[in-house]
Amino acid sequence: MEYADLLNAGVYFINKGLLNAFKIGSIYALGAVGITLVFGILRFAHFAHGDMMTFGALIAFAGTVILRNLGINTEPIPTGLLALPLAVAATIILALIIDRHVYAHFRASKSPPVVFVMTSIGVTFILQGIIRLVGGTGDRQFFFTAVSNGESIREDKGRWLVKFDWLRDHFDGFTQKLVITMPQLWLFIFTAVALVGLHYFLNHTRTGKAMRAVSDNEDLARISGIDVGRVVKVTWVIAGTLAAIAGTLLAMDTQYKPILAFNLLLPMFAAAIMGGIGKPFGAVAGAFIVALAETFAVFDWRPIAGYLFADRFDMTASMALVPAEYKLAVPFAILVLVLIWRPTGIFKGQVL
Amino acid sequence: MKYLLEARSLVAGYGELTILNGCDITVEPGSISVIVGANGAGKSTAMKAVFGLLEVRQGSVKFEDQDVTGCTPQRLVELGMGYVPQVANVFPSLSVEENLEMGAYLAASLTEEGLDRVYSIFPILKDKRKQAAGQLSGGQRQMVAVGRAMMMKPRLLMLDEPTAGVSPKVMGDIFEIILKVNESSVGVLMVEQNARQALAIADTGFVLQTGQNLYTDTGEALLANPEVARSFLGGKH
Ligand SMILES: Nc1ncnc2c1ncn2[C@@H]1O[C@H](COP(=O)(O)OP(=O)(O)OP(=O)(O)O)[C@@H](O)[C@H]1O
Ligand SMILES: [Mg+2]
Repeated sequence: MEYADLLNAGVYFINKGLLNAFKIGSIYALGAVGITLVFGILRFAHFAHGDMMTFGALIAFAGTVILRNLGINTEPIPTGLLALPLAVAATIILALIIDRHVYAHFRASKSPPVVFVMTSIGVTFILQGIIRLVGGTGDRQFFFTAVSNGESIREDKGRWLVKFDWLRDHFDGFTQKLVITMPQLWLFIFTAVALVGLHYFLNHTRTGKAMRAVSDNEDLARISGIDVGRVVKVTWVIAGTLAAIAGTLLAMDTQYKPILAFNLLLPMFAAAIMGGIGKPFGAVAGAFIVALAETFAVFDWRPIAGYLFADRFDMTASMALVPAEYKLAVPFAILVLVLIWRPTGIFKGQVL
Repeated sequence: MKYLLEARSLVAGYGELTILNGCDITVEPGSISVIVGANGAGKSTAMKAVFGLLEVRQGSVKFEDQDVTGCTPQRLVELGMGYVPQVANVFPSLSVEENLEMGAYLAASLTEEGLDRVYSIFPILKDKRKQAAGQLSGGQRQMVAVGRAMMMKPRLLMLDEPTAGVSPKVMGDIFEIILKVNESSVGVLMVEQNARQALAIADTGFVLQTGQNLYTDTGEALLANPEVARSFLGGKH
């Protein structure tokens, strides 16, 4: 075994393993934080959260098409990112409208949680219908060639490539590369900024503290003079913002499709429950744990084994713990295990 | 103004259930009123109805001669009332200081002064101000709960069993605090299980039974009333 092989194995592990886990973990984190905040304040499992993410991505896509056709190109910043504020605003408005015209009605009549859950499933179906009506049923790429004033503009995903040229000179046979796409890079930046911002908001602002107070004890919050209706609105603003960011960046990194985020619902709920329902930073931890578990369950170790023990193994079969088709079973298994052993989550949250 | 708080012929309950059947509760300015009665008599329900947490089906609530029947708790806090419920009266995951800050949510400018005032009444809370309220002892939690209600400098403080679950020593402390608060001409309305001690400091006492006033008199007179003593005070006096 040579040093070059060790390096190859390590870079492959980071590139295909860790980076992937962090990418999907960031998406889960942004979604799970929203889910857990909504649960903490409104006390129900918001199943329509995934579709709020997809809705945000759809609006961002529409905005991107418009901007691109106006001839706007701001490389290296992806055009989709310019459309993000529009997506965030639209998703916030959508969340507030749904709350005002659907959930508020059941709050006023003091309905039991199961009614809210069923209602949010109904909202899911409605949103999925609207999303398909507006955006069609097909997949859509954020990066395409647009024609503006007879001039065609091409934008590609923009890869941030680390080729380790300086190392290659020293290690013959070191060929692996690290590849981060522009959307991934922005995803990491947005996730970090959003989570730091949220932490500051919840712990150092009056409204943020009032949110935690309502999550702790709604009746006492009212008695203290806290405007619970306003806290509910702020919650939707935050959840909508994070959902739109996550949906848009996910769609930019892969592609937009009508079931973009509905598929993420299970892992996001697993993350929120694992982190302790109602605990935003528990949800973040849960998100990265679920993402790491899921990624490494289906991670193909064959290339690594190939680099390290090429001479000793037969390298024809995949060396993943779980076949890729069963990826969704991993968060499901985590969810079941958490519910059995620690239903309050690792950070002692509420029980669903 | 004869009464700071004047609740008349209250009828209220939970859903279909009617608990209060026309009870009267009053507090004179700067005085202490105490509600006593058996478990389930409707004492806490009367407090909740006064504080706008239950729909008042009949009757009226006046605060400083202003009709506040059906007002939201938020409005009552603005007007100068503070309420400490019997159970779940702190925010467990918020720190002591954050709990107190929430008491002045409606007037952030009062926060600094309010914290100083509460810390001077309960010095122990200052040492524990960064600790989550859920990790405090029962007595300390009561202090946080009372402190929270006092942040806005209310003119009427409503306390539902402030001494529940505290040691006799802390109970004495809390009664002393109530007297101290009252000295600064804050009216107090409290529900107490320790009826004897409570009536001893009460200007007015109300004995409730099945949601109605069984007796209404001065604290002293109620203590001296053999009927009351036999049914509600327990033991000899
Ligand atoms: N949230 C509620 N829903 C339905 N019924 C309730 C509720 N809270 C109290 N009750 C009922 O109302 C009645 C009066 O309760 P309340 O809490 O006012 O009694 P209390 O006089 O404060 O008693 P205690 O001394 O035990 O605190 C009881 O019969 C109780 O079962
Ligand atoms: Mg009671």
